[in-house]
Amino acid sequence: MTVVSETSLSAGSRRSARRNRWRPAAILRRLPWWIAAAVLAGGAFLWVYPFLWMVSASLKDPLEIFASGLQLIPDSLIWENYQRAWTDARFGQYLANTVIVTVATVVLVVVRCAMAGYVLGRYGFRGKKIVMGVLVATLFVPTGYTIIPVVDISNKLGLLNSLTGMIIALAGGPHVAGILLYAGYFRGLPKELEEAAVMDGAGFLSVFFRVMLPLANPVTATVTLLTFMATWNAFFLPLVFTFSRPDLRTLSVGMLAFVGEDSIDWSGMAAAAVISLLPIVALFIFLQRYFVEGIAGAVKS
Amino acid sequence: MVATSAGRKRRFGRLDIWIWGFLTPTVVLYGLYTVYPIIASYWYSFVEWNGFEADKEFVGLRNYQEVLADPLFWNTFKITVLFMVATVPIKVISTLFVAILLNSPKMPFRGLFRTAFFLPVVTTTAIVGVVMQFVFDPASGPVNLLLMKLGLVDEGINFLGSSSTALWTVVGVYVWKWFGITLIYWLAALQTIPDELYEAARIDGASPWGLMRWITMPLLKPFTIIITLLTLESTLKIFDLMLTMTNGGPYYSTEVVEIYIYRWAFAATVPQLGFASAAAVIFGLFVCFVGLFQLLGIRAARKAWSVT
Repeated sequence: MTVVSETSLSAGSRRSARRNRWRPAAILRRLPWWIAAAVLAGGAFLWVYPFLWMVSASLKDPLEIFASGLQLIPDSLIWENYQRAWTDARFGQYLANTVIVTVATVVLVVVRCAMAGYVLGRYGFRGKKIVMGVLVATLFVPTGYTIIPVVDISNKLGLLNSLTGMIIALAGGPHVAGILLYAGYFRGLPKELEEAAVMDGAGFLSVFFRVMLPLANPVTATVTLLTFMATWNAFFLPLVFTFSRPDLRTLSVGMLAFVGEDSIDWSGMAAAAVISLLPIVALFIFLQRYFVEGIAGAVKS
Repeated sequence: MVATSAGRKRRFGRLDIWIWGFLTPTVVLYGLYTVYPIIASYWYSFVEWNGFEADKEFVGLRNYQEVLADPLFWNTFKITVLFMVATVPIKVISTLFVAILLNSPKMPFRGLFRTAFFLPVVTTTAIVGVVMQFVFDPASGPVNLLLMKLGLVDEGINFLGSSSTALWTVVGVYVWKWFGITLIYWLAALQTIPDELYEAARIDGASPWGLMRWITMPLLKPFTIIITLLTLESTLKIFDLMLTMTNGGPYYSTEVVEIYIYRWAFAATVPQLGFASAAAVIFGLFVCFVGLFQLLGIRAARKAWSVT
C-alpha cells in the first residue's frame, strides 16, 4: 500500500529523488516498485504469450509443433504455412471480404451517427424525446436477440447471401454510443458558430459539413475506431449470412470453418490467425491513444 | 404532419424537413435492423415456423410453454448467471489492483504494461477462441505441455473436453481477453482524483494506508458501481468465445442463452424459429432487467457522487 503515497510526490521531491536514485536508501525505497514491476512483467508475459505462441507456431514445421511445442523460436522459418493459409484455406479472399465489409460499414455508421447526433444535440423538435428514449433503451441489445428477424428481413429483401446485405445489417445495428457521443459533443459547441455561418449565407447542409463536422474530428476518430473494431471482429451476423456462400466469409467465420474442415493443420491454423489479427493489432499499436480514450469515455460520461 | 399541425403555433417547417432528413439514415437502417427485430421477435414467438422459407402458423403461447418446460433452457440461464458471478468479481478486483500500480508515475514500464494488458481486447474474439482450442489441447497444447514438464500432471488435462473444466477454462480466457477494458475504466477513474488531495493529506501526516483508505477508496466508490455494472452487462455477450471454444459442449455444460437460440434457429436440421424466438424474447427481457438494474445503479452512483 506504499504504492499510492508515492504518486503524490511533489515535483521538487521527485527531482531530488532522481538525484539520489543510486544511494542505498533510495534503492531500498524503490525496491517495492521493482518487485511490483517484476510481478506485472510476469502477468504481461502471460497476456501476450498466446500471441507469441501463435506467431511461433505459424512459422514452424507442422511436426515441430507437436515435437517441441514449448519452444518459441522455430528451428527454421517455414513461410509455406502462410502460403497454405492464404491460398488453399482462402484467407486472402476472407481478408478482402473483411476489409470491404469493415470499410463500408464504418463509413455508413459514421455518417449516420454524425447526422443523427447533430440534430439530436443541437435542435429541439417534436418527437425528439421518443427518438432519444428508443436509442437509450437499445443501448445494450445483444445480437442473439435480434438475429432471427434480421435474417428474415434480409432474406425477404433478397440481401441474405451477399456482402451488401451483411454491410447494411451491420450498419443497422444499435451503434447508439456513436450517436450519443456526437450529440454530446455538438451540444457543447457555442451557438455563435452557426449564427456567424448563417450570417454569411450558409444553409443547413453547409453549416453541418463546412463548420460542424470538421470541428467534431476527435469524435469522428473515436467513432471510426470503435466501429472499426466492432465490425472487424463481428462474428454472429457474418456467420449466419454466409451459411450457403463460403466465398463471402469474413476472417472470423473462415477461421471456424477452417478448423472444422482441417483440425490437424496447426501451423496453417496459426498462420491464418496471424493474417486475421495482424491488421487490427497493427492499427492498435499505432493508434493506441485513441483506442484507450474511446473506451475510457464510457466511464467518464 | 403539416395538415395536423397547421393550426398550431409551430408548423412543420423547412427546419423540420432538414432535421428529419438528417435522421432518415438512422431511422431506416437502425429502425429496420434493430428496432423492428426487437418488436418482430414477439410476433415470431407466437408462431410455429420451420425455416425462413416456410409458412408461419399461429400457435399462441405454445412456444413459451415448451421453452419454459425445457430443462436445457433453464440450464443456459444457470450457466449464464454462473459465468457472471464467477467473472465479474475476479475481473473488477484484480484490474483495480493493477490499475492502482499502473497509475503511479513511479511504476517502471507502465506504458508497456498497459499495452500488453490491453492487447487481447482489440483482437477478434472468434479467432482467439479458435486459437485457444489449440492452446488448451490435451496432447500438444502449450498449457498442458508446461504442466507436464513441471511434473504437475502425468497426462494432459482435457480442459475443454470435460464438462467439469470447460466452463472454468472459458472463464479464465474471458478474464484474460477483456481484462484490459476494465483496467482502462479504473485508470480513467483514478485519473479523476486530483494530486493536490494526496499532497494535502501527506502534509497533514497521512500514512500511505491512510491515503488509500480515506482518499482513493471513497472517491472511487461511485465508479465502482458503474464499472461493476458495465462488466456485468458485457458478460452477457459471450457467444463468439463460447461458440468457437466449446460450441456449447461438452453435454451442454457451456451452453449460454445465445448458443441455445443459435442451435434451434440455425444449427438444427429442422429449424424451430418460433421456439427460438420465444427463448430470445425471454432472454431480451432478462437483458432489459439487467439494464434497468444498471440504470438504477448508475443513478444511485450519481447521487453518491454529488454528496461527496
